[in-house]
Amino acid sequence: MSVLEIKDLKVSIETDAGPKQILKGVDLTINSDQIHAIMGPNGSGKSTLAYAIAGHPRYNVDSGSITLDGEDVLEMEVDERAQAGLFLAMQYPVEIPGVTVSNFLRTAKTALTGEAPKIREWVGDVREAMDSLRMDSSFQERNVNEGFSGGEKKRHEILQMELLRPRFAVLDETDSGLDIDALRVVSEGVNRVKQANKMGVLLITHYTRILRYIQPDFVHVFVDGRIAEEGGRELADRLEEEGYDRYLNASV
Amino acid sequence: MTTAEKFVPIQTRSERPTSFDPNDYERPTGREVNWKHTDLRRLAPLLVDEETENVGRDGIEYDVASLEAGGYLVESAGHDAAPRGELFLPEDLPSAIAWKRCANALHVQIPAGVAVDEPLIARLKGLGADIHANAHIIIEALPGSQATVVLHHTGSVAYAQNVEIIVRENARLNVVTVQDWQDDTVHASAHQARVDDGAYLKHIVVSFGGGVVRVNPSVRLHGEGSETEMYGVSFADAGQHMENQVYMFHEGENTVGNVLYKDALQGEGARSVWIGDVLIGADAVGTDSYEKNQNLVLTDGTRTDSIPNLEIKNGNIEGAGHASATSRFDDEHMFYLQSRGISGEEARRLVVIGFLMEIVQKIGIESIESRIAELIEEELAAGAELAPASKAGA
Ligand SMILES: Nc1ncnc2c1ncn2[C@@H]1O[C@H](COP(=O)(O)OP(=O)(O)OP(=O)(O)O)[C@@H](O)[C@H]1O
Ligand SMILES: [Mg+2]
Repeated sequence: MSVLEIKDLKVSIETDAGPKQILKGVDLTINSDQIHAIMGPNGSGKSTLAYAIAGHPRYNVDSGSITLDGEDVLEMEVDERAQAGLFLAMQYPVEIPGVTVSNFLRTAKTALTGEAPKIREWVGDVREAMDSLRMDSSFQERNVNEGFSGGEKKRHEILQMELLRPRFAVLDETDSGLDIDALRVVSEGVNRVKQANKMGVLLITHYTRILRYIQPDFVHVFVDGRIAEEGGRELADRLEEEGYDRYLNASV
Repeated sequence: MTTAEKFVPIQTRSERPTSFDPNDYERPTGREVNWKHTDLRRLAPLLVDEETENVGRDGIEYDVASLEAGGYLVESAGHDAAPRGELFLPEDLPSAIAWKRCANALHVQIPAGVAVDEPLIARLKGLGADIHANAHIIIEALPGSQATVVLHHTGSVAYAQNVEIIVRENARLNVVTVQDWQDDTVHASAHQARVDDGAYLKHIVVSFGGGVVRVNPSVRLHGEGSETEMYGVSFADAGQHMENQVYMFHEGENTVGNVLYKDALQGEGARSVWIGDVLIGADAVGTDSYEKNQNLVLTDGTRTDSIPNLEIKNGNIEGAGHASATSRFDDEHMFYLQSRGISGEEARRLVVIGFLMEIVQKIGIESIESRIAELIEEELAAGAELAPASKAGA
């Protein structure tokens, strides 16, 4: 069993008006094979948490720790975190000029496993994963994310997760922008990788709909840079009913 | 990120003044449409009308053994010897000086009906940055012939060069010019080509080395059904200026032309300029035309100008389009690739090679492609220490 442990994490960013603290002490422990959902108002710092885990250079960790099976994640470079088994499906995937999806996927796989995948097997794996996500194979020849629709970008993130097989995946609003069918197809993908890999999942979302397909073991309410409440699936339903007012008033 | 016309010069390309006499040109000031973006300060040696090889030694060593062995070199052509000047007309001062000061043109001729399989490679080596050299080179493919001719430039020199390319009926010619100079070289080159009935020209400009390299290719699709592909790839490093003013003139009926230039830039003061003019003439019915320039900015401190122009003088064409796009490889791209386990070095390689290879693969000459692969490795090594471009607008 693997465990991703976040302790009292405080993160700030540089702004024109000086450093601004976004995360104000986050504690979260995710075991492999568990699904944790995070819900919270816009701007509360959910993506900041996701980026801090992945090591985006814009986010400064002021204090606290992130460890993966006891290893200090904060000491690792971005690519080393991926090597260690972390994966971030981004809220806004960027377009990479001049790099085809096919070349990108193969390069990433090679980087993660330390050797080039066997060509025939790999081609088959890619095709199968694309089929199951209902992505046309013509995407392979296109440049990474270039001109992809919002939903296509999200599917492409999950395609990578499926092929790169991480131990922990952070899914930052992967459900936003997906049509009804795509939501199901993508959720099935997440469940598949979870099953096959005993992958742990941190699922950031605004909507309970995806939680019908991906059953969370825990739901966390994220407000103003920290976790304000934790519960089970029923907490999500309650949020849907009541919104975040209760927490926002409390934090004033 | 495709942009339409950004800038339409008052003077259209077809109306540029031409003359064989250097005295007919004012010394450029940098305000002229064709000099506006050029590093005139460094190019100054080429604006002087002086005796060629001004210090009493040759400026360029020409190794043309492979052309000679095959019998593809014709006796050097003097100013009045045909076909010199059959189509070439200097359009700027360095070109007029090169015309005047080069007494004997190098004349490559592919005999009618002959298909030459092996690429014919002329190696031109600059012998000193302080030497001003001038040249007129003729590449002539006689009717029905097929060949690939490469000009591979190395060394240091101040070099003004005219290349006159004649592709006669039904000939198929590939011309590749590789600027693999030392960085103290300045090079201004005017390529002018005419493609006759049923003929085809593939023209490729590869610029990696040199201080200021300005290669201006112009192709006149003169014959019915004539065709051209004009490609270019350049890599401007710190302090390098890479420039191409590309002109494609659809003159005959049913001509096909495709232009694609890709320029990568990295390091302080790296500069690229691309001006692409396409003219679809009044008689050029059935024209199919496309031009595109793509730039890849790898670091801060660079500057690139990309100016596509399209002028259409008849309504009965197949299609015409133009595009210009500049992408930045910034820290967000870097983060995305690294977050998939790809190292920073590998990420840069992926982006640079992915960008450049589209053109390099069109060359189809193994020895040249492997030399370019080496040059790309050198650029990657030089860029390894540099931070990616900061996010545009951030
Ligand atoms: N450069 C910046 N200057 C000022 N504030 C910033 C800057 N960058 C981010 N922030 C702020 O950081 C906060 C946290 O942003 P984050 O993207 O983590 O929110 P989020 O919870 O993911 O929101 P959403 O649900 O909308 O995706 C926001 O209030 C945002 O405005
Ligand atoms: Mg967010």
